[in-house]
Amino acid sequence: MEQGPFLAYVDPWINWDWLSTHISLVLGALGEHIELTAIALGAGLLIAVPLGVAAHRSAGLRLAALGFFGAFYTIPSLALFALLIPFTHLGGTTAEIPLIGYNVSILVRNVLVGLDAVPRDVLDAADGMGYRPLPRLLRVELPLALPSIFAGLRVATVSTIGIVTITALIGLGGLGSLIDKGLVENFHTPLVVAMILSVALALTADLLVVMAQRVAVPWARPV
Amino acid sequence: MDFLLLVGRWLVDPAHWQGSDGIPTRLVEHIHLSVESVVIGALIALPVGVTLGHYGRFGALAINISNAGRAIPSFGILVIAFQVFGLGDLPIVLALTALAVPPMVTNSYVALREVDPDIRDAARGMGYRELAQVLRVELPLAVPLIMAGIRTSAVQVVATATLAALIAGGGLGRYIVDGLATQDYVKTAAGALLVAVLALATELSLAWVQRLLVPRGIRLLNAPVAARATAFKVA
Repeated sequence: MEQGPFLAYVDPWINWDWLSTHISLVLGALGEHIELTAIALGAGLLIAVPLGVAAHRSAGLRLAALGFFGAFYTIPSLALFALLIPFTHLGGTTAEIPLIGYNVSILVRNVLVGLDAVPRDVLDAADGMGYRPLPRLLRVELPLALPSIFAGLRVATVSTIGIVTITALIGLGGLGSLIDKGLVENFHTPLVVAMILSVALALTADLLVVMAQRVAVPWARPV
Repeated sequence: MDFLLLVGRWLVDPAHWQGSDGIPTRLVEHIHLSVESVVIGALIALPVGVTLGHYGRFGALAINISNAGRAIPSFGILVIAFQVFGLGDLPIVLALTALAVPPMVTNSYVALREVDPDIRDAARGMGYRELAQVLRVELPLAVPLIMAGIRTSAVQVVATATLAALIAGGGLGRYIVDGLATQDYVKTAAGALLVAVLALATELSLAWVQRLLVPRGIRLLNAPVAARATAFKVA
């Protein structure tokens, strides 16, 4: 910002002295960020996979799930946080409900796309080999749907890490609290550190998901 | 239920429908910022995506720009733009435009790539020159996915414009941010409701525009667009 001639101090993009004395603050924020993200992804998967399997079986449920979560996905996170505060108050629950909902929106669609793409011949072959419905689902259909589910998980992971920064506005920690600190104190370092760590975290998490996919689905290489 | 009643009362209170902090003013500010950013973003992104898609070049770049866009926190981009450019609409529009570009590049690239090669050959065989082939054969076929990209960008810009209130901008986000700052959760919820309705209205009205733009002959190809379009959410 404009400074008078007697205060001609130029704020560097990274003030290493500040960083070295505030390293525990930064690492704490990173840890909170990872925790918020992990809960949102884990719960999102736990809901989306059974929901996707059920919606694959029932046309009515498919329409309802895609419609509801499609609309949910459209609503901005800050608006959902704000609407939930009176009911779930400031804190983790208020942050997680929208984050989990967004992840379910992405993942349920990809579960459906993956299950839809299982070839009819494969299902006939599995039936002919004597698979009952549940083993056929677990050992034939879901494994073949995994590449699509992993593709959704990658999008969900990177999106969640970005959106978690907004939870700082409802008083949660995470890297967003450093961005907020940079904004409120008009000080570049926490902002720049948070941006770098957030992008690095997103890239690392994406790489981890890709590696998990290589282990789980060795026959289909991720793009 | 009492709380919802208070929110309803806030929304119908005539005092909140006039003046510089009234709902009409804030709504116009929000729409103004969003439209400006989406239009500038489209003018940059669509020619790039369509050209790359037509020639099938730099595909990795066109696809990965959306991955990169998702990874960069929108809140941080706004704050950086504010610290570099100061107060005003300029940093907000710049930040929102940067967010609007990636999904439009990726989707228009994929849209052009997915035009059936047989149709391209047929167009060439009928004597279409390259530019005419792009404008009159490939683009109409690509409209559904290009529109999906514009829709995604627009919804994300409307969502992120809410955060502009944090850097002293206008728009409906003002009610959320001011309400949070003063612990006036009725105001916050009323603002959130308005923002949610605006985001849904953006999605639905652009879906309607898409229906108008898609040539009748290829409506049937419309169904799988949702699965092919790039999911993009940054706010």
